[in-house]
Amino acid sequence: MRAFAGLLDRLAFTPQRNGKLTLLRDHFRDTPDPERGWALAALTGVLSFDAAKPAFIRKAVEARMDPHLFALSYDYVGDLAETVALVWPARPGANREPDLSEVIDALRGASRAQVQALLETWLDALDADGRWALLKLLTGGLRVGVSARLAKQALAALGGVEIDQIEEVWHSQHAPYEDLFAWLEKRSEKPTANAPGRFRPVMLAQAIEKADFTRLAPGDFAAEWKWDGIRVQAVNERGQKRLYSRTGDDIGQAFPDVLDFLNFDGVIDGELLVMRDGQVASFGDLQQRLNRKTADAKLLAQYPAAIRAYDLLLDGEDDLRILPFAERRKRLEIFVARAQSPRIDLSPLQPFADWQELSALRADPPLGDARLAEGLMLKRWDSIYEAGRPKGPWFKWKRDPHLIDAVLMYAQRGHGKRSGFYSDYTFGVWREDANGDRSLTPVGKAYFGFTDEELKLIDKFVRDNTTERFGPVRAVRADRDFGLVLEVAFEGLQRSTRHKSGVAMRFPRINRLRWDKPAREADELATLEKMLTE
Amino acid sequence: MPKPESILCPMPAGLYCPPGDFYIDPVRPVARAVITHGHSDHARAGHGAVVATTETLAIMAARYGADFAGQSEALRYGQTIDRDGVDITLVPAGHVLGSAQAVVRHKGMTLVVSGDYKRRRDPTCPPFEPVACDVFVTEATFGIPVFNFPDAADEIARLLKSVAQFPERTHLVGAYALGKAQRIIRLLREAGYDSPIYVHGAMQGMNALYERFGIELGPLEPATVEKAKKSDFAGAIVIAPPSAIDDRWSRRFADPLPAFASGWMRVRARARQRQVELPLVISDHADWNELTGTISEIGPGEVWITHGGEEALLRWSELNGVAARALSLVGYDDDEGES
Repeated sequence: MRAFAGLLDRLAFTPQRNGKLTLLRDHFRDTPDPERGWALAALTGVLSFDAAKPAFIRKAVEARMDPHLFALSYDYVGDLAETVALVWPARPGANREPDLSEVIDALRGASRAQVQALLETWLDALDADGRWALLKLLTGGLRVGVSARLAKQALAALGGVEIDQIEEVWHSQHAPYEDLFAWLEKRSEKPTANAPGRFRPVMLAQAIEKADFTRLAPGDFAAEWKWDGIRVQAVNERGQKRLYSRTGDDIGQAFPDVLDFLNFDGVIDGELLVMRDGQVASFGDLQQRLNRKTADAKLLAQYPAAIRAYDLLLDGEDDLRILPFAERRKRLEIFVARAQSPRIDLSPLQPFADWQELSALRADPPLGDARLAEGLMLKRWDSIYEAGRPKGPWFKWKRDPHLIDAVLMYAQRGHGKRSGFYSDYTFGVWREDANGDRSLTPVGKAYFGFTDEELKLIDKFVRDNTTERFGPVRAVRADRDFGLVLEVAFEGLQRSTRHKSGVAMRFPRINRLRWDKPAREADELATLEKMLTE
Repeated sequence: MPKPESILCPMPAGLYCPPGDFYIDPVRPVARAVITHGHSDHARAGHGAVVATTETLAIMAARYGADFAGQSEALRYGQTIDRDGVDITLVPAGHVLGSAQAVVRHKGMTLVVSGDYKRRRDPTCPPFEPVACDVFVTEATFGIPVFNFPDAADEIARLLKSVAQFPERTHLVGAYALGKAQRIIRLLREAGYDSPIYVHGAMQGMNALYERFGIELGPLEPATVEKAKKSDFAGAIVIAPPSAIDDRWSRRFADPLPAFASGWMRVRARARQRQVELPLVISDHADWNELTGTISEIGPGEVWITHGGEEALLRWSELNGVAARALSLVGYDDDEGES
């Protein structure tokens, strides 16, 4: 438990991905079986047991310590699990510190009442960091910023293999993953991947460059719209139904409405979208369904999800990945027609004669779903389905980003190489109030898109024009007569009730610094609101 | 017997002793002062006459110049002087080099002003000595039950593990220039770390002073890049005042990994607010168990609580049948020591 607690503690304070990877890789390397396997299971979220209720934890601590002192402590810390971890008055005695595997073993078989009894003995035996890790594990939600994908990346680093190889075998493996580690440490052969319902690593597209068009023949490519949802792999293999994200996370539980209608035998590659009467809804609608563990009836009715299919990897027993796209496409059309699933339709091909015609379509898509697309996809007719991001067979050709001029309002210090720099920027646009006065309202945050040279200049601007400080954040002078104008590029705009401005940007980044532009000439909120209605 | 309030009472300038006409750690210039230790919120310049340990006087001279007070008198630990019928003795407090409790005796009554103190082992100063007394005036910087500090050696082990794990990064350890910095360096040496440790310019004077008093710090190098390349600091440990870590100063290092050695790091939100990646829970103050344990051990007739978490300590006293009250003294940093 000590090693696991130490790992969680470091992960929680390490913002960079690379730092987290090192911590995870070292933990998997240095911790023996089965401890490391259970840690992996906890981090990838595959464990489930009856969680201890916060109310119980509170009762347990108040039985041991003055409630007034506890209340003062809780007020000070603000987080129940952390407070209890810090103040827990351990009963003296020879309690042995439990292993993580011991804790998980006991939890998996235990009822809620048993869990509560066990909890007290464990809290007595652990130190503050151990108690914190235990309580986070028990109350569900480690929240240390580690995705399943990142944990797998660390495994790949440990074994010196590609992450696709981990993904391929992942779903045939189970906690505490001793076979997997044995393979990664080259003590045994690669585990078999052919468990039915497994994930198949996906094929990704490269962004197309202007220069590419001169050397690419339009006749070699199929074009289709790039749907603005999330990439999914829908599996029904010998009755094993699964819905995976593009990184192999099993998201089926959150999408029972889709999972129920995977009435086929094979593996579809497609886009998960909210669809109403066969019409695609905005990404904002889909977002209501994302990052949830489950979905209730109301949500399912309000935001019905469906799959728009664009590739077929497995048809019955036939692995189609070695066939050219043209062939797979024909099989896909037949496959989707035969399934007659109310939650699966076909992503249509967009016919075109030459690049000019396609370029015009991209700039002004035809009415209907295509208007909500992110751009176009180009796929070579002869491309086989190759995991990863191979160069040449598939391209994405996104629509040009939206641009606005906004004013820098707040800046926050960065991490790692940027830790001495103010590198995360909140920017705003002008809003007119009832009296006709204009003030800035924040509309987004961006932390990339600028060069190192530009970063130094913005940092200096922030330091020279700070008006207030809040911890690592500084407010900078920004008014009608003075301010730094940032040209911000973004992919799309959504209504948001969580933001004061009422809008939220997708993928915002700094496109250009407009030192030349007076702050008062930056854009108005009305301009953004108009984009919403388009 | 006189009332204790007639021997020590809070005044705007600090804790005052009317019969002896002196202040303890006054926050503004006074005629006569007793100084418990060298941190700048306790030891200020400009007093008429100062009584303190030799080490504390040396620290004050190093910081404020030789003329930091009209006159000064050095006391050894345990030595007593008389001020108008009031006996003053300085007893080790275990906080930093030269730190002392002020023991004040008058007409058969003993009052002990703890100053800042801790009960843990510190290789840079002698340990706290409990003194039986009628009134114990205690600090309460970490006077909330959430502050229970781990073993400092374990925290140093975490730092060294991180240095081994991230050899391409510079570990930048924020530590107060007086006391914490030298303790961290000593603890690193005790853990077997014998590479040069790089120190911020603002610490060099204090390090030299500690060495003059016999605290060996091993090979230290200035953390300057004039001669060196950025990459030279990869894998190194650099110790700097906490404020420098947030500052442009830290840009000179290869991919800095900010650490901070402080009792406040016990609470996650505090570490996050400072964007610390490696919080090291090492304090020169007593934690909750040390505060309450010391009161129980000394068993004073009465406890007076100064700066910090008096509310929780008052409640604890009430529950444990200890007569206690809060002294409202102003001017002491909520922060640990100084910045």
